[in-house]
Amino acid sequence: MNPQRAAWLFLAPALLVLGVFFLLPVIAALALSLTDYDLYALANIHNLRFVALQNYWTLLHQPLFWSALAHTTYFVAIGVPLSMGTSLGAALLLNSPLARCKPFFRTALFAPVVTTVVAVAVIWRYLFNTKYGMVNFVLGHLGIHPVDWLGDPHWAMPTIILFAVWKNFGYNMIIFLAGLQAIPADLYEAAHIDGASAWRQFRHITLPMLGPTLLMVSILTVSGYFQLFAEPYVMTEGGPLQSTTSVLYLMYDEGFKWWNLGSASAVAFLLFLIMFAVTALMLKFARRGNDGEPA
Amino acid sequence: MSHGSRPRRWLHLRSMRCGLLLACVVLGTPLIGGCGPAAAENHQLTLWTIGREGEAIIQLLPDFERAHPDIHVNVQQLPLTAAHQKLLTAFAGGSTPDLTQLGNTWLPEMVALDALEPLQARVDRSTVIRQDDYFASIWATNVIGGKLYGVPWYVDTRLLFYRTDLLRAAGFDAPPRDWAEWRRMLAALSDPQRHAYGILLPTNEYEQLMSLALQEPDPLLRDNDRYGNFESAGFKRALTFYVDTFRLHQAPPITNVEAGNPWSEFGRGAYAFYLSGPWNIGEFRKRLPAAEQDDWSTAPLPGPHDAGIGAAGGSSLVIFRAAKHKDAAWQLIEYLSQPQVQQRFYDLLGDMPPRRSSWAGGALHVDPKARAFREQLERVRPTPAVPEWERIANEMQLVAAQAIAGELTIDQATAEMDRRTDRILEKRRWILDHAHPMTGAAR
Repeated sequence: MNPQRAAWLFLAPALLVLGVFFLLPVIAALALSLTDYDLYALANIHNLRFVALQNYWTLLHQPLFWSALAHTTYFVAIGVPLSMGTSLGAALLLNSPLARCKPFFRTALFAPVVTTVVAVAVIWRYLFNTKYGMVNFVLGHLGIHPVDWLGDPHWAMPTIILFAVWKNFGYNMIIFLAGLQAIPADLYEAAHIDGASAWRQFRHITLPMLGPTLLMVSILTVSGYFQLFAEPYVMTEGGPLQSTTSVLYLMYDEGFKWWNLGSASAVAFLLFLIMFAVTALMLKFARRGNDGEPA
Repeated sequence: MSHGSRPRRWLHLRSMRCGLLLACVVLGTPLIGGCGPAAAENHQLTLWTIGREGEAIIQLLPDFERAHPDIHVNVQQLPLTAAHQKLLTAFAGGSTPDLTQLGNTWLPEMVALDALEPLQARVDRSTVIRQDDYFASIWATNVIGGKLYGVPWYVDTRLLFYRTDLLRAAGFDAPPRDWAEWRRMLAALSDPQRHAYGILLPTNEYEQLMSLALQEPDPLLRDNDRYGNFESAGFKRALTFYVDTFRLHQAPPITNVEAGNPWSEFGRGAYAFYLSGPWNIGEFRKRLPAAEQDDWSTAPLPGPHDAGIGAAGGSSLVIFRAAKHKDAAWQLIEYLSQPQVQQRFYDLLGDMPPRRSSWAGGALHVDPKARAFREQLERVRPTPAVPEWERIANEMQLVAAQAIAGELTIDQATAEMDRRTDRILEKRRWILDHAHPMTGAAR
């Protein structure tokens, strides 16, 4: 057996799994998105029509799709920097030589990641209740009028962002912590001897050394946050006035609530294209940034 | 659709093939679902219930199983939020139960899928189930394309809960009978400064607007349910009345999520009216203190000219076409349809029976708070029997919420409702016009 064939043989199980559980469904979904598969087609396959790009065309003319995209972009644009900033801040605090009880705080800050969304959403709904919620109670003591957190279309998305950031920052924090611990201590010592301030140490040692980690985390977070679904599903059901309906939520409604699988697949592919474009852009910027630096 | 007729045949072959592929790959379940465990020799009936009914029915079943020792009933409770999805997935996967509880707005969908067993022949032979004993409109919601697919199990219609003491204090001795009178009472009872409103109408629930609209003579869909009919004069009157209630600050523009606990708010007098269904009789009895129990009552829904017309809601019992024990399933339906069993069911849960003879005795007969329901049930009207109705009603309410928020005028809102409805019904029109006979109705 020549080495090439052996290599393929070793690859075969992985390729088979990828093919059956990833590639084939993706191709099938693409085919599905070109049809109007719905309840009637489920009843009788003769009711299935090939509609070419009609699903996409209709979606692009549907205000709800654009508002869902706007809500998702809002969530990503605010949520990702906020989430990464919180993660980095928490990681820096935990990594500081001054920190005490590190294992305890590490566990405590990571805990929201491993709790179930549904269970904590119940608690958050109580916290943010307009009349009985703790948040408004505390704000009331500061003389701030009660805010209708989950009922006001302007406040619902910020609340969802807060919830998502709190729920997810622990995961990135652990990755940042690992990245921070990999930075050699002698760099800081040298900077300290040269009289560099803490800010300049952070700016010129920590950030550049964390570069690859930052890039990876930002790509993972962006692609994760584009798939916003569970948080509005359990907190607001997409409301009020559809102000927390994300692209994925729209897909869920189309596909599983109304059983329009054709149009739901089209939503999925549009979201895939958008995410693909955004991450490709991020990679390109990162590469250009690297090229600019002297090797 | 802009396709010519010639490419379509080829497309059909192609779409059939890809449909098969998709059915296997994407839905995944048809092949797997067929190989479920074989049925036991004894009749193991599987019954799905939706929502709270499951808990009550378990207490009714021992009597049935004593009378039919060869039948064992296996009850599976589905939560309301997941039930619709579960029913469709079960159909796609060929793993439907023998019989299920099915809301009568979902019935047309299951019939379009050709998933249900026609029942008229069994009813004709039955000594227990007599059609003329049932409220006519409720029975009619189970008849689609001239065929009977379900037996009504319990009924639901929305009407007015009101605070007798608040009305009396404002100088009204009786609940309103028509919209003009209702408007006067709402105006007298609302005081937005004190956070007191005439009525609570959650802006994300379509049942209230739909109940008002059904009182008008114009149907909600037109031309054999091919197009929306929201621009009719009747619907515009209903929508105007509904939206005006918010614009005049007689109802707060909030959703049911924000309303939180409407029962205690009603008890505190934050709302004098509450438009809701029969289960709330039990809720108010349970949640309001004994001293306040004489301060509320129910009244038929006021209409444009006269009270007492509402939406025909509720659930039916249906047998699936793929059921293994249809006869045993029918025996269970007959048992659950007996007036005395329905009376026990009401005692357990407060679900109102669909038969007049079930109302003739027991706790229901003497309950003054159930009387308005009894009156209205004779005059309820069914919602359009198309599979798309639930979605259309949702879209109707989304647009209505925009009108409440002042983003759309009545004319703009109704035009938008018709536009959305016509788009949703496009496939239905195509199927009605198409050479292929509509499934379900054809077989």
